[in-house]
Amino acid sequence: MSSYEALKTLADSRWAELTEGSVPWIKIGMSMCCGQASGAYETLDAIKEALSSDRIEANISEVGCLGICYASPVVDILVPNQHRAVYGNVTADLVADLIDKCLNQGKIPKKNLLGVVNVGGNNKLNGLPEFNELPQIKLQNRIALRNAGHIDPKDIYQYIAQGGYTGFNRALTELKPEDVIEEVKSSGLRGRGGAAFPTGVKWSFMTRGEKPKYILCNCEEGDPGAFNDKSILESDPYTTIEGMTIAAYATGSTNGIIFIRHGHDGPINTTEDAIKQVYEAGLLGKNILGSDFSFDLEVSLTGESYVAGEETALMEAVEGKRSMPRARPPFPAAYGVWGRPSTINNVKSLSYAPSILEHGSEWFSSIGVNKSTGTAIICLSGNIKYPGLYEVPMGLTIGDVIDSIGGGVPKGRKLKMLQTGGPLGGVLSSDSLGITLDFDEMRDAGAILGSGGIIVADDRTCAVDLTRILVAFCQFESCGKCFPCRLGTTNLLEIVERMASNKAKLGDVQLMKQIGQTMQAGSLCGHGQLGFNPIDSAMKHFQEDWSACVDEGKCLTGSCNKPYFTPINTRPFADAPIKNTVPIHIANQVGEKHE
Amino acid sequence: MPSDVTPKIDPTPNSEKQDIVDRINKAVKNQNRPTVTVLSSLLSIEDELGYIPKEAISIVSEYNKSTINEVWGVASFYPNFRFDPPAKNTVEVCWGPSCHLVGATDVIKSVLDELELDGEGDTADKMATFKFNTCLGACPQAPVMSINHRMYGKVSAKQAKTYISALREDVKGAHK
Repeated sequence: MSSYEALKTLADSRWAELTEGSVPWIKIGMSMCCGQASGAYETLDAIKEALSSDRIEANISEVGCLGICYASPVVDILVPNQHRAVYGNVTADLVADLIDKCLNQGKIPKKNLLGVVNVGGNNKLNGLPEFNELPQIKLQNRIALRNAGHIDPKDIYQYIAQGGYTGFNRALTELKPEDVIEEVKSSGLRGRGGAAFPTGVKWSFMTRGEKPKYILCNCEEGDPGAFNDKSILESDPYTTIEGMTIAAYATGSTNGIIFIRHGHDGPINTTEDAIKQVYEAGLLGKNILGSDFSFDLEVSLTGESYVAGEETALMEAVEGKRSMPRARPPFPAAYGVWGRPSTINNVKSLSYAPSILEHGSEWFSSIGVNKSTGTAIICLSGNIKYPGLYEVPMGLTIGDVIDSIGGGVPKGRKLKMLQTGGPLGGVLSSDSLGITLDFDEMRDAGAILGSGGIIVADDRTCAVDLTRILVAFCQFESCGKCFPCRLGTTNLLEIVERMASNKAKLGDVQLMKQIGQTMQAGSLCGHGQLGFNPIDSAMKHFQEDWSACVDEGKCLTGSCNKPYFTPINTRPFADAPIKNTVPIHIANQVGEKHE
Repeated sequence: MPSDVTPKIDPTPNSEKQDIVDRINKAVKNQNRPTVTVLSSLLSIEDELGYIPKEAISIVSEYNKSTINEVWGVASFYPNFRFDPPAKNTVEVCWGPSCHLVGATDVIKSVLDELELDGEGDTADKMATFKFNTCLGACPQAPVMSINHRMYGKVSAKQAKTYISALREDVKGAHK
């Protein structure tokens, strides 16, 4: 059994060895969102080779995402007591030269340099860009991502050295469970999964009910254009794990499940490895830190299904069934996974909890605006100069994010459309740049902040073409349980495809609206209820594009006329050879169990 | 009984069949995550074999004390699962909005042309399986494709073509 103080002392001494020792510390961003797709593996191999051929001693860490995905592969070189230099776009062929100049000759070459940070004794940094003054870094306020890109996600001691588990230790030793809930309530933290429901209130529903009780962490994240949950788990899984442990303490839960999509190996491996280390450190399992509080945590995988991110569908998937939503009530706090009281939070919401407990609710609620406290974790992609993962305080305008951080639309093009909060979130026009990042203001403007994805489209895009992709996504991902959604999305796609290929029929617009209303009224979950959002908002903001494609039969930008591909299928998938393999009379026996 | 359920003569030799059954049993029994369900068992088999053989259905149903019906229900729901042996390589291209805006359609077209396919499926020579992916999770690097789960970012239509032809050369080389 270990005490928190003993862990902290050990962690601090290890951290000092890395940051104040005699050898440099090289960090390479390897997460899914940036490193892997841009050749970071080759860069890593090249660095190892350069170091061994030059006989240079150095610590190498594979870290997560610094947020500046546009510059990946990012190599961050710390020379202890001197400086830290961050290089971007370091492809494998540049490595040998870079290592030679930085570590053999002690220089700071300007090629590919993003910026430097003085960590003590280097007076020769004049004239070099300051890393923390880059707009992409300066405008951020990293809370959930505070360690991302800075610590090795495979080393729990680096997390503890950076203040990890201070919040949990405070909760466990100083606060009663109800005080923890009160602290989270007064911080104003709202769920980052889409519905923006106050997290503390959600937890308070769980205080009743018998054990075992479950805390579920949702990292299904199937939204195209959002990668922040996966990035948090890949860059700093400990903050999510600590957040879940705090939630478990507050709600009296005994078991936790982190739910990740099968195939996203980066987050799966990092999280499982982290859980193992947290158990070894005595911060999970029976009688944590010598108290009478016990909590077990595991990872569960889902198949590819967007709807599995919906809270009741997620519970079905945890139980190993088709991820289809359940009717509510009963709500999860009363009847959740395996019929036990359960609460489901998004990765981002849980990742704030450690900092709230560490610094107090007042600190957290001082960041942000109105009823949206804290930060928004924005995934910027599409036609944008500096795509990346940026954690900015709530209250910044969308324009600030796109122009100041994202660098605007490249190639002298004009911004035309914004798609926020996942495919069901709706689209906004360029008039919306003044809207602030605020759950309520965004909702009033007809969009949602949701998962935090912002996809930027320039003036070469036709609204009908982008809508076609969004509707195709909704159609493909409809789970098929509620027929207004199953048939509705299919019909909507047919109509939008007709419009895009200049074959719209009279009354199609009216028909779409009717289908949309039926879907909203007759679907169990948000997928069907919001499924008409993309079309509705695109028709509202881009009337010109629609009338050109629908009435005049000529796409304004020509993007509708380009070839277009999507998977053509509906769940359950028709190629499952059910008839050929199982005799019909067996396939029709429902409910018979093998004992 | 309808005609399409009459048993067909299966050309697979018995020894190979036994080998598949052994591997299914191993995959189902050696799951390293604590919660074992129908879905986790199927995913484990898919990881081991790359597809769900028909023998797997009854094994999974017995192991999880479930019904054949329920197992089929899950297997046919998630697009992860396929029911015949996969081709040698898997090529996935993202078609989500982020990638679409920066030229995914051109990449998809070029990959499909190079593979001589007109949608999802296997090439005639079983060299590669083509799949659409709704989001590979690397949106800043769009357009993104993946070959055997290794991701390539900022892919142009031309580059995509060279990746596929390189893959074809590799497969040929391995046969010599």
